[in-house]
Amino acid sequence: MPLVTDDGFAPDSWRRVDGDEPLTTSRAIVPLDRLDEALAAGVDAVGVEVPADADLNLLLRRLHSIDLIALRFESFADGRGFSLASRLRRLGYTGRLRASGHVIADQWAFLKDCGIDEAEIDEAVAARQPEASWLRAASAISGSYQRRLTQAPVGDAGWTL
Amino acid sequence: MYRYDDFDARFVRERTAQFREQVERRLRGELTEDEFKPLRLMNGLYLQLHAYMLRVAIPYGTLSAAQMRALADIADRWDRGYGHFTTRQNIQFNWPRLKDVPDILDALADVEMHAIQTSGNCIRNVTADAFAGVAADEIEDPRPTAELLRQWSTLHPEFSFLPRKFKVAITGSPNDRAATKVHDIGLRMVRDAAGAPGYEIAVGGGQGRTPMIASVIRPFLPKVRLLAYLEAIMRVYNLHGRRDNKYKARIKILVHELGVEAFTREVEEAYAELEGPSVEPDPALVRAIEAAFTPPAYASTGAASLAFERAKAALPAFQRWVDANLTPHKVEGYAAVTVSLKPTGGIPGDATSAQMRALADAAERFGFGELRVTHEQNIVLPDVRLDQLLPLWRHLGTHGLDTANAGLVTDIIACPGLDYCALATARSIPVAQAISNRFADPDRQARIGPLAIKISGCINACGHHHVGHIGVLGLEKNGEEFYQLTIGGAPDGEAALGKRAGPGLAADEVPGAIERIVDHYLNIRHERETFLDAYRRVGHDSFKEALHAAGD
Repeated sequence: MPLVTDDGFAPDSWRRVDGDEPLTTSRAIVPLDRLDEALAAGVDAVGVEVPADADLNLLLRRLHSIDLIALRFESFADGRGFSLASRLRRLGYTGRLRASGHVIADQWAFLKDCGIDEAEIDEAVAARQPEASWLRAASAISGSYQRRLTQAPVGDAGWTL
Repeated sequence: MYRYDDFDARFVRERTAQFREQVERRLRGELTEDEFKPLRLMNGLYLQLHAYMLRVAIPYGTLSAAQMRALADIADRWDRGYGHFTTRQNIQFNWPRLKDVPDILDALADVEMHAIQTSGNCIRNVTADAFAGVAADEIEDPRPTAELLRQWSTLHPEFSFLPRKFKVAITGSPNDRAATKVHDIGLRMVRDAAGAPGYEIAVGGGQGRTPMIASVIRPFLPKVRLLAYLEAIMRVYNLHGRRDNKYKARIKILVHELGVEAFTREVEEAYAELEGPSVEPDPALVRAIEAAFTPPAYASTGAASLAFERAKAALPAFQRWVDANLTPHKVEGYAAVTVSLKPTGGIPGDATSAQMRALADAAERFGFGELRVTHEQNIVLPDVRLDQLLPLWRHLGTHGLDTANAGLVTDIIACPGLDYCALATARSIPVAQAISNRFADPDRQARIGPLAIKISGCINACGHHHVGHIGVLGLEKNGEEFYQLTIGGAPDGEAALGKRAGPGLAADEVPGAIERIVDHYLNIRHERETFLDAYRRVGHDSFKEALHAAGD
């Protein structure tokens, strides 16, 4: 799956652990129900995939042990991930935040402003929306009313406590 | 009024350029139709029954004479010489071509306007009391807050893909003229015990197929905390609002299904996470916004104008217009004037380009160059000196804009209905025209007094029929249009939803049925009792019986 970053499309150094696959590698993204197991296994760098209907309160105590949270977007029109990302940053999560699934280039600036660092998109979307579209989308609108109103720096609108 | 600074101007230009590119990317196939649709809607572009429709934002219904002229120019150049003012204080153009839309947006940007968030599942253009800043009964001018909300909600990164559309209304007066209780969020200015102004926050009102009156979840919120509290409400809605059924996706359903107490608890918990200055607006920016709404330089004319009194005595038609279309102004010697867009037999809310230019001229000659759009689909000239009312009335008369019916039985709200709209099940406009013709006699209208008829051409209720004193809902069965009447609704004050008054009627039966309801009111009313007061005194059944007894 192509990974969109600030510098364009990049290789993904993380890998998913599915089903009952053993937890031996580092930089593994596990399902939410295997998070405790992954943390206990002492793997360095743990990632977790969070569905849009997840209760973030279950993650609160462990936020500082998680290196990557992948927020799942089943459809680009389902905006729950934006609120999950904003809330995670507001609660002090400083690890990497990833949008995973169906997001489009036209949402890239919104995703970044909600504190998301990277987007793991489908091959089909990447084929339709090339790297150049994502790079241009990041700067299509140079200002943000929300940042201006609260004087917060880019990518950090409203999260510093 | 608020003028764009460099930031606003650049923002709107970049937004227009972005949309131009999105149209091109759609044509290249880079965006699917599904992906393009919400982007187009967030720029105000609908696909209607016969053509595209472009809805232009008029933030909190306020516009300048120059902006009104630009709308007239757009109507002439890219549409069919008219526009339609809406119940959300915006204007719609019904016949633009897709390829022209980016150019129209550029023309709007030239006069500090746009079509951002007039559609789509996002926070829509914020509406406000059309008499904000001039009403005699106001606690505080709500426009600075409305402008703050415009800025805060514009391309909000977190709240642009909500479960459904989201409408906010705001009033600075205890007499709610913004229908705040039938909005997703209604803000009503109140004072706390110490006299400091703040907002009462009501959530979960709405019309559509499941009409509901909003519940107050915070009786008083200090002004400075408003953005944080709204962010908390929006976050709860965005995370928990239903996405499985578009008819159950509005916040009113979430409030209803969770219960007001549980919903309020969720909001308060989210709000508790939002302490700190990062969600409070920069005070310098707030001051700059407030400064934009400094009152104009009113002349000290004294209370009465001799010329005005003489003209009223000499000209009964002028007297009638004054009685119906003036609202008390907070400055002595001035009045706020409602210019009716409801001529007898006309299409509610439509204005030709010539009328728009005449309104712009009127705003400059008889006011301070400012106009307002009301949610009743009329135009307000907010600051007219009493001694200017007669020449203003004559000027309006030469353009068919002097109808003396503001708030009266022919001041009808109607949605575009099946004449334009892809969702409609029945026509609204011809029914409005027929009722208007039936009650054309101005003396009879004055005798009837305040009476709001509201007509929707489908269950989505864009014509606000649920809150009409008399509501008309157009439906369809086996290819036949029919109409259901409701009685007793009210959008403001003690907001209420109308109750159904019997079986459906054919279109040509509607004016007669309304006449029977009105005649019953005239028969039973006490002295100085309005239709709504009489209805509330005698109850629904009295009216329902009168409607059917006479109809047999």
